[in-house]
Amino acid sequence: MSVPICSIVMPLAESEKKALEVRAADKMLIATMRNQRLQDFFFHKITLGFALSVLLVLVGIIISLVIGAWPAFKEFGFAFITTVEWDPVNDKYGALIAIVGTLVTSLIALVIAFPLSFGIALFLTEICPVWLRRPLGTAVELLAGVPSIIYGMWGLFVFAPLFADYVQPALAHTLGQLPVIGQLFKGPMMGIGILTAGMILAVMIVPFISSVMRDVFETVPAVLKESAYGLGCTKWEVVRKIVLPYTKNGVVGGVMLGLGRALGETMAVTFVIGNAHQLSWSLFSAGNSIASTLANEFAEAESKLHVSSLFALGLILFVITFIVLSAAKLMLAGMSRKEGLK
Amino acid sequence: MNSAPLNPVYRRRLWIHRIGIALSFMAMAVGLFFLMWILVTLLVKGVGALSVGMFTQTTPAPGSDGGGLMNPIVGSLLMVGLATAISTPVGIFAGIYLAEYGEQSVLAQVTRFVTDIMLSAPSIVIGLFIYAIYVANVKHFSGWAGTFAISLIAIPVVVRTTDNMLKLVPNSLLEAAFALGAPRWKVATMVRLRAVKAGVMTGALLALARISGETAPLLFTALNKQFFSADMNAPLANLPVVIYQFAMSPYDNWRALAWGGALLVTFSVLGLNILSRTFFSQKIRN
Repeated sequence: MSVPICSIVMPLAESEKKALEVRAADKMLIATMRNQRLQDFFFHKITLGFALSVLLVLVGIIISLVIGAWPAFKEFGFAFITTVEWDPVNDKYGALIAIVGTLVTSLIALVIAFPLSFGIALFLTEICPVWLRRPLGTAVELLAGVPSIIYGMWGLFVFAPLFADYVQPALAHTLGQLPVIGQLFKGPMMGIGILTAGMILAVMIVPFISSVMRDVFETVPAVLKESAYGLGCTKWEVVRKIVLPYTKNGVVGGVMLGLGRALGETMAVTFVIGNAHQLSWSLFSAGNSIASTLANEFAEAESKLHVSSLFALGLILFVITFIVLSAAKLMLAGMSRKEGLK
Repeated sequence: MNSAPLNPVYRRRLWIHRIGIALSFMAMAVGLFFLMWILVTLLVKGVGALSVGMFTQTTPAPGSDGGGLMNPIVGSLLMVGLATAISTPVGIFAGIYLAEYGEQSVLAQVTRFVTDIMLSAPSIVIGLFIYAIYVANVKHFSGWAGTFAISLIAIPVVVRTTDNMLKLVPNSLLEAAFALGAPRWKVATMVRLRAVKAGVMTGALLALARISGETAPLLFTALNKQFFSADMNAPLANLPVVIYQFAMSPYDNWRALAWGGALLVTFSVLGLNILSRTFFSQKIRN
């Protein structure tokens, strides 16, 4: 019985087996693919989760600052921003001194840092021999690596005494004698104060501005520059009339980025600004910025309103820097689009 | 050229050119001068405080002699180490998301924008944030709070470099992997990420350098402690805050220690910066 059946069944079974095998292979393939799709799905969601956490932190910062600042804004209203008085003893708070201090120091920093950064970027992209570009560029960028507290110590113990002995008298005798802006350069020459803070901020933001400028200068098509040289332009004219107009947006973006850095800088300013809640026309006088007020008073603030007012200062600082940095980002984004067209 | 009589217009242009170039030289010199000035100041004032005692003794009490920086050094290493351990994986995964799915979704573009802003956001505000959500709730300053604050500062640095590095990987490499039937997560991690491993490491190193000297966010998160402690749930001594408090103090030995600490922090940070740069440049040459 078994022999004929076997002889008949075997070929059938073999082909069927093959078919089954193929089907099994198909099934396994489908299973693997399904598995992989599932893995990819989770991979997408997990990385998405991490990316979202960055967004969540930003939202969290804004919400927590608003909640923290709420009592102060409820107490003082929007007059908080324009009130001069900052008086922890009587529990009266206004942000004007800190806001003005922040803006003025950052502005001084920009006025000094912009030409310096431009000179450095010009040197590194156009003048410097190629073999020196890397080391010199790295050296300038190391200035950005020095921790801000070191700038503060150096500024207070080394820079400020020299500044008081030599630079401030010189400024008072020259610019201080002019009719209108003379007001800015009068007063006691202590070495510390708004002007010193601005100057140290300038040194700190030079590497940020110059590295952006360098990057955008390098996007200028060589053909444009060569055409200008071909017409007989000097190197300075090429930079002034070809490179700068072409990279205008990028340069402004870089400057805004530096401004954003200067606004939020804490430790260096805290060391040298003098930490006095006063408003004065003199740039030599001591003052306060938002960040230095926070650094000085937050850990010791006792009353609820004091803490809340400090949160309100933090919120104002965050909003200002957010706007400035967003503007910088948008300008630089326009720049990279241009690069794409090249 | 100089011997030939020049026409006045050309002479004027030449002079403007020369002045411009000279000013550019001066700007570069000023930049280098300040870097040198700061480094030399640190060396001159800091070397005197460098001794074995600085690493083995704890911070001195007010008015007492000697002392070292052992507890803040340990505290800083703990916090920076933990913060790196937190921020590196978070930053790398977020960076992978931006590079892999960033072109298609609005959400990713918003995230990229926010990361760039956070990169330059004032660090003291990060301290306020951690104070509000963590310190105010547990009602005491702690090493963990400091760790979280500096992690938040490090994450955007890692995200940004990872994203930038991953974009450098040539498409042909990815397509080859896809053609072999590899799923997306394998291509992303085992091909794309692996190709730029060195670059991503650079990002982590830069973040480490960035947070090593951060002071502002630690002022009201980790605070300070005079005695040795490795308890992350209590206020923790750390170099930046100790430098700040000692530098502002009236005691000579405290100030000397502050300069010693400053020297230590600055040269480690600059060393990390240079290391990550050379590391990465080798990668490019390969």
